[in-house]
Formats: sequence, structure tokens, C-alpha cells
Amino acid sequence: MPVLTPLEREALHLSLLVSGWAVAGSLPPGLLAAWVLARLRFPGKTLLDGLVHLPLVLPPVVVGYALLVLLGLNGPIGSRLHAWFGITLAFTWKGAAVASAVVAFPLMVRAMRLSLESVDHGLEQAARTLGCGPLRTFFTITLPLVLPGVLTGAILGFARSLSEFGATITFVSDIPGETRTLPIALYALIQTPGGDDAAARLCVISIVVALAALLASDLLARRLKRRLEG
Amino acid sequence: MLEIAVRRRQGAFQLDVTLAAGAGVTALFGPSGSGKTSVANMVAGLSRPEQGRIALDGRPLFDAAAGLDLPPERRRIGYVFQEGRLFPHLSVRANLGFGLHRVPAAERAVPFDDVVAVLGIEALLERRPARLSGGEKQRVAIGRALLTSPRLLLMDEPLAALDAARKAEILPFIATLSRHFATPILYVSHSMDEVLQLADSLALMQNGRVAAHGAVEDLLARPELARLTGRGHAGAVLRASVVAHDDAAGITRLSFSGGPLLVARSPLAPGQRVRVRIAARDVALALDPPGRVSIQNCLPARVVRVGPAEDGLVDVLLDCGGARLWSQITPQARDHLDLRPGQPLHALIKAATIAAGDIAATEGAMPCASPSPRRT
Repeated sequence: MPVLTPLEREALHLSLLVSGWAVAGSLPPGLLAAWVLARLRFPGKTLLDGLVHLPLVLPPVVVGYALLVLLGLNGPIGSRLHAWFGITLAFTWKGAAVASAVVAFPLMVRAMRLSLESVDHGLEQAARTLGCGPLRTFFTITLPLVLPGVLTGAILGFARSLSEFGATITFVSDIPGETRTLPIALYALIQTPGGDDAAARLCVISIVVALAALLASDLLARRLKRRLEG
Repeated sequence: MLEIAVRRRQGAFQLDVTLAAGAGVTALFGPSGSGKTSVANMVAGLSRPEQGRIALDGRPLFDAAAGLDLPPERRRIGYVFQEGRLFPHLSVRANLGFGLHRVPAAERAVPFDDVVAVLGIEALLERRPARLSGGEKQRVAIGRALLTSPRLLLMDEPLAALDAARKAEILPFIATLSRHFATPILYVSHSMDEVLQLADSLALMQNGRVAAHGAVEDLLARPELARLTGRGHAGAVLRASVVAHDDAAGITRLSFSGGPLLVARSPLAPGQRVRVRIAARDVALALDPPGRVSIQNCLPARVVRVGPAEDGLVDVLLDCGGARLWSQITPQARDHLDLRPGQPLHALIKAATIAAGDIAATEGAMPCASPSPRRT
């Protein structure tokens, strides 16, 4: 295997870092949103459902611009984040992770919601009659049963984050070593005369990473399934 | 003692149940849609009545007036569901331990090894539920509920999803549970056979109400309830005891207050006190004792009451040595014999019509000594 150039290593490292944090950060709220949508009935549920799905149907540039307006240094949220916690999102890799998380969120929620809806509510009732409170029932019964769905959601979200381009470049721009993930590095190379070979190499790297993620998830899903079937 | 007085409207269906269930097995019997499962769910805390009160051993579980509604996990009521509901991601051992571990050690009245032995599930402990047969699943589900040392055990048609062989495998276990572990059981069923085998008292449900409640023998002997218990099930239930077996003839000799009673060979041991169901349609009447006839039981009896013709059949109540027997005959037969109250006659019952399913062991010796007589 050909050794990666420093530029490639940096882009790959950034991509994995950004995607990893994006998935880790949006998994808990995603699971909560999935649970709310799968289990609760309340007025305004359709609206919430629409809001959750919005990043899926909006052009990523719109999402990126909205993030810039809200979370930029002068934005209503971004200025407070900076003043209170010293956190800067705009034009940093953290901002890239936020952009990826927002775009990946609906995909993760969909997968986890489907899985939650297929869990037999009767099992949760049985756990309650066996002396288990609602929260404990969720962690001992519901969560283990939806683990395959959570895994699918996480992989989908990871893959979506890896390929994230539009929202990221709008929100955090293209800063080498900070926000230049694989797709952005690839785009930059295509814009540069004579960058074709390097671009092709980045393409291959992207494909390998995506395939590896899919295979790993397939392996894990099969192991989980075998556990359920005894 | 479980006391229920609840009301709830479910669409056009009005549930209005008042019931007090004591020790032993109380059967909640009725057709599907009569509200049996709704009552069980309310007792367990899985659904909420609109009005009323539910109390167990004097401790209120639900009281609409006081705004009290204990969540299921704080009611200490075991629930065996029709479909078992074992946790698929846990082994049998972990399923059994699931509730057990949430009971404070000082309150654990039901020993793990004891339950495993009585239910005959030692060999299954390391398996996953997906690898169990239907009967095995139900036995594990029963054990799981029992191990929480419940103050009451709810069973919602636990045998409905099983075939006849599996039912025969589990029925004896359930029959011993209530006595062996001193746990009252509320048993929801629409099978009169199960009720006869298990129940001490019976509550008949119809259209969301308890139409009648009392001892199994009494309710089954009341012809006006035959509509609810099923006309085919109408008949008398006698208390008797096993005297001896005649293996060569394939019969078992019982004794009751009206004399000896020959029935099909029963697996129960001599000395065992039993409850015997004699269907009214299986009892024929003769004014004179017949001579040479295949019918084994010819019991002297006296007519107590002759009912009106209903659906082309007449119910005749007989007194047979102090025990009550019912006979179902046609109006034509009634006229032919000219039946009147006080008239002496003979009740004829074929031994073969009283099969093993019609005879249930009552208090006394229990088939508990050999924990697992049958295994799949």
C-alpha cells in the first residue's frame, strides 16, 4: 500500500475526527428525538417531524448559511458560546463537526425510529411488572433491542458526515489543517491545475474509508443478530 | 385478598367490574371481548381505570378518588402473558433473574432452585428464548413472574397459544403453583377445561361485567348460567375421591356421596380428592334400572326440578345421595317419562364420557413430588 502524503494524512485524520464527533454528538439527541417520534403522541408532532427532517431536504448550502448566521462569532448563539464558554465554532474543525452532525441527524433519527417502532411494547410492559422503572426499562430492555437500529443510524450518520461538503464549506470554509476534510481537499485539488493525480488518490482513500465503515457495520449487525437468535 | 371495583369506557364498550378474589386460583372466564384482559391489565397497572379502586391485601394500588395510581413496578404483582414475552436478548437464567434481582433480599420468598425444579427448566438455563419451544417459553415466563415473590400472580390465557399436548404439560404445574408458593392467582381464560382443572372460584364475565361469581361447582351447576359457561359445558361438578384403578378394564373407581362412580382410567393416585365434571348431556334417565346395558353407572336419584324447554332441550335437576346432578333431555323424553319433582329414577352415565380432563385434583396430595413428569 502506497504511503499517504502528509496532506492526505491530514485530510483523512480531519475527516475521521469530524465525522466521529459528529456521530457521537448527535447520537444521544437523535435517540431522544427518535423515541419521542416513535412513542409519544402530542399536538405539533408533525411539525417536529418536519423540523427533524429539514436538513435532509434543504440544500446543504442553506444549512451551512443558517449555521453561520446562528453560530458565527456575531450570531445569537455563537457569540454567547464564545463569551460564556470560550468556544468558537465558525472556521474551526468543531464547526465542521456541528455542520456534519446537523446534516446527518435526520438519517440517524430515521433509522433509530424505525427500530424503536419495531420493539414489542409488551416486552417493556413485562419489565415494568417485574419491578423495573421506566428509565431502567429503557436501558435494560429497549436499548439492547434497538442496538442494531442505533448501529445502522450511526453508520449512516458517519457515512453522511464523511461525504459532507456544502454545509461545511459554507460554515467553516476551507482552512488547511483545520477544516480541510477529504471532500474539501478533493475539491481544492480539482481546482488546482495539475492536481489530477493527487485528486484520484484522495478519491481512492474516500472509497476505502466508506467501504471499511460499511463492512464493519455489517459485521457488527450480524453479531448482534446472532446474539438475539441465541 | 384482591378487591376490584373499577369502571372505564373504551369507545362504545363500558367496563364495570366489581370482584373480590381470595386465596387459591380465581378464574376470570368469558368470551373474547368480554373485558377479561382489560381487568388483568388494570390490576397490573398497565392500563388505568377512569373510576374506582383496586386494593390488594388491604393496600390500595389504585384509587381514583384519592388520586392514587401505583406504577406497575411498585405493585408487586406477577404477570404471565399469553405470548410469554421473554426478553430475547437475555438467556433463560437472566430472564428468570430479571425480576428477582429487583426484589430486596429480605422479601424473596420464592427460592430460585425451587422454581427451577418445580417447572423443570434446569436444562434450559443457558439457552436464549429463541431456542425454546412454546411450552418451555411459558414455563420460563411463569418462573420469571413467580421469582419476584409476587403478592398476586396474574395469568392471561397462558396456555392459549399452545397445542393440546403442551397444555397438558403445563396445566399440572400451574395447578400446584398457588398452593406450593402460597400465591393467589387470577387466571384469565376462555377454556372451561382449564377452569375446571385449576380454579377454586370462578368469575363469569360478560359485556364488561362480572355476571356471576362463586365456587366452580356452584356456578357450573346453575343452568341459567349455561349460556355463559357454554351449553356444552353445562353439568354438575361433584366432589369425590379416587378409590382404586382397574387397569385391565381401563377404568377408575371413584366414590362420592351418591355412591360409587366408574370413570375412564385416571392418572391420579388412590386417596386423591378430586372434582369431577359430569356434563348434563351425558346423563340419561331411566325409570327402572336397565338390565343388560353397556352403561357402567346406574345411580339411584330423585327429580328435584324439571326446567322449561330451551333450544329444544330440557334441564332436569336430580338429587343423588345429596349431590346435585343435571340431565339434559329432549322435551319428548320428558313427556314420555312423565317427569315430576320427587319422582325416583335412575341416572345413567357411561364411564367413558368422564375422561381425564373432567377430573381435577383438589386439596390433598399434590403431584409435586416429581417436579417434571413430562419434558419435550
